[in-house]
Amino acid sequence: MTDTSSIALPKIVRVIPRNRNIEALLLLFAAGLYAFELAQVQLSVLQVMTPELLIYWAPPTALGFLIHLILRRRASEADPMILPIAVVLNNLGLAMIYRLDLAAIANNNTELFGMKQIAWTLVAMAVAAIVIIYVPSHLFLRRYVYVSMAIGIALLLAPSLPFIGRSINGARLWIGIGPFTFQPGELAKIALTVFFAGYLVTRRESLALTGRKILGMRIPRARELGPILVIWAASLLVLVLQRDLGTSLLYFGLFIVLVYVATGRAIYVVVGLTMFLTGALVASRLMGYVTSRIDSWLNPFDAANYDAVGGSYQLAQGIFGLAHGNLLGTGLGGGIPHLVPLAESDFIIASLGEELGLVGMFAILILYLLFVSRGMRIGFNHPDDFSKLLATGLSFVIALQCFIVIGGVTRVVPLTGLTTPLLAAGGSSLLANWIIVGVLLRISDSIGGGDK
Amino acid sequence: MNRELKRVSIVIFAMFLSLFVASTTIQIFSAEALSQDQRNVRSAYDSYKTQRGAILVDGQPIAESTKTDDVYQYQRIYKSPMYSAVTGFFSLYQGSTGIESAMGSYLTGKNSSQFFEQISALLSGNPVQGASVELTIDPVVQKAAWDAMGKMKGAVVAIDPKTGNILAFVSKPGFDANLLAVHSGVESNANYADLLADKNGPLLNRAANELYAPGSVFKVIMATAAVESGKYTKDSTFPNPPKFQLPGTNVFVQNSGEGKCGGKSTVSIADALRFSCNVPMAQLGIALGQNAIRKQAELFGFGKKVTYPMTSTASVYPENMDDAQVGLSAFGQYDDRTNPLQMAMVSAAVANQGVLMKPNLVENVLSSSLAVIAQPQPDIFSQPMSKATAQQVKEMMIGAVQRGVSGNARIKGVTVAGKTGTAQNGKGEPYTLWFTGFAPADNPQVAVAVVIADGGGIGQGGVGNSLAAPVARKVMEAVMRK
Repeated sequence: MTDTSSIALPKIVRVIPRNRNIEALLLLFAAGLYAFELAQVQLSVLQVMTPELLIYWAPPTALGFLIHLILRRRASEADPMILPIAVVLNNLGLAMIYRLDLAAIANNNTELFGMKQIAWTLVAMAVAAIVIIYVPSHLFLRRYVYVSMAIGIALLLAPSLPFIGRSINGARLWIGIGPFTFQPGELAKIALTVFFAGYLVTRRESLALTGRKILGMRIPRARELGPILVIWAASLLVLVLQRDLGTSLLYFGLFIVLVYVATGRAIYVVVGLTMFLTGALVASRLMGYVTSRIDSWLNPFDAANYDAVGGSYQLAQGIFGLAHGNLLGTGLGGGIPHLVPLAESDFIIASLGEELGLVGMFAILILYLLFVSRGMRIGFNHPDDFSKLLATGLSFVIALQCFIVIGGVTRVVPLTGLTTPLLAAGGSSLLANWIIVGVLLRISDSIGGGDK
Repeated sequence: MNRELKRVSIVIFAMFLSLFVASTTIQIFSAEALSQDQRNVRSAYDSYKTQRGAILVDGQPIAESTKTDDVYQYQRIYKSPMYSAVTGFFSLYQGSTGIESAMGSYLTGKNSSQFFEQISALLSGNPVQGASVELTIDPVVQKAAWDAMGKMKGAVVAIDPKTGNILAFVSKPGFDANLLAVHSGVESNANYADLLADKNGPLLNRAANELYAPGSVFKVIMATAAVESGKYTKDSTFPNPPKFQLPGTNVFVQNSGEGKCGGKSTVSIADALRFSCNVPMAQLGIALGQNAIRKQAELFGFGKKVTYPMTSTASVYPENMDDAQVGLSAFGQYDDRTNPLQMAMVSAAVANQGVLMKPNLVENVLSSSLAVIAQPQPDIFSQPMSKATAQQVKEMMIGAVQRGVSGNARIKGVTVAGKTGTAQNGKGEPYTLWFTGFAPADNPQVAVAVVIADGGGIGQGGVGNSLAAPVARKVMEAVMRK
């Protein structure tokens, strides 16, 4: 053995990588499932199987196994479920995007997403691999708490800048340089989680224990509420500048949950949510688009909302698609998901629900739930507070994002412009979520380690 | 921190739970309603994407989908307007009616009994093929009924009284369902508008969804009610004046010949049926009372929608009548309303010794791999009378045909039981002409009801015996010739 890094660390004698064997098995299953999905798409839409199947199948599959091999050497105790679940979701998204491309080609539509999505998948998985290799320990990120803050804020505000900021469908969440667009908010959620976790680890004592008791509840001192006020203001700023309720809710929700976990004080949740809801309510009164979004949410089938520009047409069509899917779905390639605008990105869950039915919908939700619960489990079991908060934050942000997006499509909450993690077409989202996968894997490897 | 993490986990679980609930609500509970939204084009596309199953009579398709080159892939083709009341239509623009609608889930392959086919279709990526629906219709009897009606408006229903299987189901004039199945919306809509505007009402299902005054065919129900009451037999008599003043009015009921009913001072119920006399029936009705009559009518199916598997319009025996109105209702006037399906059920019950079988059009449903996935079994609808009552009523109906004024239904060598009706629809309005009955009387193979609307085209010139009875005879002959 010439692996110097393992000589430097005291965990050289991990002889039975049982986790890794489970992971390999699950990855094999994922590869087979993906091949099956692609074959079904081709047979259903094209009636024949073409070599294009391999272009879709081989690269993400190979990279999945590559990450697996890296984990065997560099993080052999890492959680065995996270990687396979991410691969399954990513591949399912690819299969659906490919299927929508085939429909687009049949309709002489030139805007295709499949190849881009493959390229981004490869980039994102490679970055996840780099994270696993070059982030040597879970404590590494703690050194960059304030750098993370700066990066996070920069990313968050970038779309609001002139020249590079772009508005798509009313929400200003993108930056664009030439033909390339990027949604920096996706990466911001990681940077901000690192910052929140680092900040709260150092401040948790004072946040938790100070303040006067009134009616049995300990009311925090004004200066302890300061950071919450700052984040609250920033979230509302995002709401106003970027015109997206979902993004602003995502960051604020993340922050509140981490504050709660760090301090154990429910008062922060109560105060935080009240502040956010009040702010959002005021903002919605002042800004017409929020009102119309909410109206579309409550009455999507109302003729006035349905016919309005930027109204509920998309939401209603997405729901029609889901309903069309019924219990079993039409089968991949059997439905007409392309009737819904943005079927490959914002509404990919409706596309999948149409073709895979409620059964598929449940399977996807369970995969997310499993992914999130693995992440939460890392939070539970990790001995280090920073890692606990980081793992919890990253898991929760995925859960919340799923809730906001899928809930938006299924009318649990008003529709917003967030993407479905790992499934939806879009490079920034893939990149960010694969980084989360990498970080979670890295942290999970250190749970039982002696290097606390 | 782990206590907090546990709580956060619960919040996460609650968030996902709401997604599970919301998607189930949309994809299962609201799916049907959402699929019917006018703005949801999926159902329309979808219905043409799978090969819709055929509707078969005696193994031959009367409606089937054949491959085309246009975007809808399949064209629905109907073989003959003779079956239009049975098949209904299936249109991209006008929806569907008849068997096309009632058996739609099977024909499109969406029925839950096709679950395993749906699974295999899902795996293979090929759409589910629709199942075919084989009908109980006998093509010979159907054609006999269709031809016998000629150009008259009306309907014929023939039922096998032992099983409830519908052997013929004709509504005239009928329509060419191909006109509505065309894929061009402009054409289909224009054709539909024409059919709607046609004053002969070709789209009406006169066999089960139009209601007519029954006139004297209602006397079969009266005779049943009388014997079932236990107070009367077929030989019970009533006073036999030429005119009968309805209580509390200046209105007189007359017999159709405007004379006495036979030469005696009294008349039996059997003779009242045989000569179709109104005066004794009005007396019987008032004596029995409206509740007893209604109870009997409802046992036959009045007041109920019958699913056969299309849905009939419920026949009506009026409520809250005074005695005068009861008297009129007793011979099928006033506000009595019924349809041929109902009257065929009345005869079928008498024919089947008092047991009324549920009428049914579907023999079986065959999956695309020819497996039987549904096969309705004969089912009892009700028992409107005892076996003994059925025997008496049968004898009265035999009298009406073999020795009475319903004689045009007689068939050489076969005993026919039946009753004609000639319902008045107001001064100067054309009559509604009826026949209902069954044959052979000793071992019934068919129960039939014929209605002819608008006096068969000759205003008040025709009666049930002259126009409706011969149609019924031809239908019964067609059954027995086999």
